Amino acid sequence: MGRILPYREFLPGTQPNYLHSPYVSSLRRSPTKPLVRVPQTLSEITGPSWGAKDVVAGACDLTNRHSGSPIGPRIVVSGSVMDEDGRPLASTLVEVWQANAAGRYLHHSDRNSAPLDPNFTGEGHTLTDSQGRYRFVTIRPGEYPWGNHHNAWRPAHIHFSLFGPAFATRLVTQMYFPGDPLLAFDPIFNCTANEEARNRLISRFDWETTLPRESLGYRFDIVLRGRHATPMEEADRHQE
Amino acid sequence: MKLRASTWQTVGPFFSIGMKHRYLADIAGADAAGERIAVAGRVLDGDKAPISDAVLEIWQANAYGKYAHSEDAQDKPLDPTFLGHGRIPTDIDGAFAFTTIKPGSVDLPDGRPQAPHLVVGLMMRGLLRRLTTRIYFPGEPLNESDEILQRVDPARRKTLLLAPHAARTGHFRWDVQMQGEAETVFFDF
Repeated sequence: MGRILPYREFLPGTQPNYLHSPYVSSLRRSPTKPLVRVPQTLSEITGPSWGAKDVVAGACDLTNRHSGSPIGPRIVVSGSVMDEDGRPLASTLVEVWQANAAGRYLHHSDRNSAPLDPNFTGEGHTLTDSQGRYRFVTIRPGEYPWGNHHNAWRPAHIHFSLFGPAFATRLVTQMYFPGDPLLAFDPIFNCTANEEARNRLISRFDWETTLPRESLGYRFDIVLRGRHATPMEEADRHQE
Repeated sequence: MKLRASTWQTVGPFFSIGMKHRYLADIAGADAAGERIAVAGRVLDGDKAPISDAVLEIWQANAYGKYAHSEDAQDKPLDPTFLGHGRIPTDIDGAFAFTTIKPGSVDLPDGRPQAPHLVVGLMMRGLLRRLTTRIYFPGEPLNESDEILQRVDPARRKTLLLAPHAARTGHFRWDVQMQGEAETVFFDF
């Protein structure tokens, strides 16, 4: 019944190790035995696909979910989702969540003393368009303290979750802001060894999407795993 | 132009804010064909403490062994109401539960059958990138020849097998242990 076109391996160093001791929560939650290397099958190169019926229209605007406007600098975060060959990935579900402008999440386990904002939930989702583009309207999230080590503060960030075309292409990441002085001290941002890969998590300020008298624009492009150039039989792949 | 895939970051402890709109523990829905199963378990850390901020994502074929995806060219029927994707968070006790149908066997590219299985993506605070594993069914003859299971140390294979409930047919237990003697087998592909 033919061949499958497997997804490429990640370039070494561009992904975090599971155990990264400066991030204390990883100590008891990272596997201690090596992962078992397996060939990709139909189970890995397929995955859920989503359509318009799966998203709430308007869920890409995090600022108009309530009766009033949320507090904080209004921003537009937009970008393109593509594979490693630069091909746009259309109709991909993009989910985001974030703290409010004071650095507080609307979540029962966030014990930060900063105030909640009755006009901000911090949830958004959208599908990429035919060119792989997405666009969210939101407010700039605040930095916040956390318990990882003495005087630990997370840099401002927005969580991103993407499916892509297959189980193999799933990505959850965090988007940061340029010039944030906390980046240098954050064990989560710094968990990836490759500096170039790490710095691609930082969005860039963008005049093109900045709206006069309304909002600053930030661009954040996202690359999902690409595919091997030629199909391989499973048997060939085992001998790589 | 060759780009490089973006780097993973942890989902952190507050992922439910962004993910709960697609939480789904009844994977098959009411109308799907196939044998109904219920799976329950817990996710435990290296101290065997429950992990209350983890989320599982399940992907599976339908009862005929066909994925609802354009690249599945197997000559098998689709099930019009069946997508095969579930997303289930753990609760305060580290517990999760879902219901679905037992998937059919999915072919390898060379035509050999894989044993029926679900693929599982696991994310949590403290995990910097997703871990993936598989759930297999006990007593399945195809388990003996399954291409993926054969790559797993026989002593560890049981971490991938559902454990049947003693009294309730179709009910199974499956626990995830992040570390230790009974550490769950995780895959890299």
